[in-house]
Amino acid sequence: MSSETISVSTKVNGTEQTIDVEPRTLLVHMLRENLNLTGTHTGCETGQCGACTVLMDGRAVKSCMVLAAQAEGREVTTIEALAESEHNLHPLQEAFWEEHGVQCGYCTPGMILSTLALLSDTPHPDEGQIRHAIEGNICRCTGYNSIVKAVQVASERLGADDLAVAGTKAEG
Amino acid sequence: MYPAPFTYHRATSVSEALSLLQEHADTGKLLAGGHSLLPIMKLRLAQPEHLIDISGLEELRQITFGEDVVTIGALVTHRELATNAELAARVPLFAEMANVIGDQQVRNLGTIGGVVAHADPAADYPAGMLVLDVTVLATGSNGEREIPIGEFFQGFLTTALAPDELLTGVRVPLPASGTNSAYEKLANPASGYATVGVAAVVSRGDDGTIGDIRVGITGASDTAWRATSVEDALRGTSPDPAAIKAAAASTTEGVEMLEDKHAPADYRARVTRNLVRRAIERALA
Repeated sequence: MSSETISVSTKVNGTEQTIDVEPRTLLVHMLRENLNLTGTHTGCETGQCGACTVLMDGRAVKSCMVLAAQAEGREVTTIEALAESEHNLHPLQEAFWEEHGVQCGYCTPGMILSTLALLSDTPHPDEGQIRHAIEGNICRCTGYNSIVKAVQVASERLGADDLAVAGTKAEG
Repeated sequence: MYPAPFTYHRATSVSEALSLLQEHADTGKLLAGGHSLLPIMKLRLAQPEHLIDISGLEELRQITFGEDVVTIGALVTHRELATNAELAARVPLFAEMANVIGDQQVRNLGTIGGVVAHADPAADYPAGMLVLDVTVLATGSNGEREIPIGEFFQGFLTTALAPDELLTGVRVPLPASGTNSAYEKLANPASGYATVGVAAVVSRGDDGTIGDIRVGITGASDTAWRATSVEDALRGTSPDPAAIKAAAASTTEGVEMLEDKHAPADYRARVTRNLVRRAIERALA
């Protein structure tokens, strides 16, 4: 094990952070272990299940497939940024609740961030666009239909303020 | 699941990346989007001692249209390729391939240079790059080099790149007007990789006969290839479903198919023949 560390400066949920990590540290581990943001889940850890999805510069990425070092100078948004409080959910979260888009909840943070990224680009997606956006997120219990429905319901309710939480998008 | 320890270097210019690469040619790897490299590092199939991060090199992130070519920088992401309106209009095959790579998250970070340099047999671009007659651009200690795509892929995860060379981009000839294309893919539902992917470009003469026709296949064998038997059988003929089906049937003759838990060789061969037929039919439609 290397004792060498590097310093990573990144803005996480609006707060500037500078964290010393081993170079091989993955973004998901920096979020969970250094910043205690355990809403980001580790699932397969092979880049297939999408449970670890977060936004980096407004775009969905799998944080188990990104080195913490790659977040240098970037803006990271995790599920913790969405709800104002336990009793005041983000409208997208509310729609997942109402439409039964949540069962065990393991995939939910990733599902919500992937679909938030979609909605911030395409506020009124059709069903095909929603399914294309969640191809990288695997759910093994509730099924995808109620998740798609939740996103459709949310798309009718979300305003610009609700989408701003996705953060500033990188160009291109 | 962590990769093995390594020393991390952030390159701030192509020349700095090259000198780091030359210094660590035997033990160093370049990091762009990381979506090919990090998975194999986590599985310890690769254990570079030095990782040279080139992801900040803006000069490699450009899409530049010339009179009859478009040059795509190595760090352009699949997302950028899938959403670039001019590329979609002028080389629709590229945009079509980019849009079916992996998933949203993979497309946001994965780069074309990474895919091409990694030469995964199940990557999507190689099929289209072969039929578009792309040139790979590289730079190394002996200066810049242009490598025709037909000489670039040399086998399973093996390319013509030297260990101290950096792939800077690809140059794509703009197809003549009247050329149509299609990419047909059977994706692995979990990884999104191509179990088989087939790219076809077809031009038609004034009388409707097939002029130039090129068919490229990825995912089916240890490296992408051109189905020249299919091309030869159909060039100069009038489009006819039975003839296309017969030509497509020759695709897999003498080709050693990959075999894995997702797709046995005979199944892969059957899928390949069907996707060849579909890609040609759609490019003609």
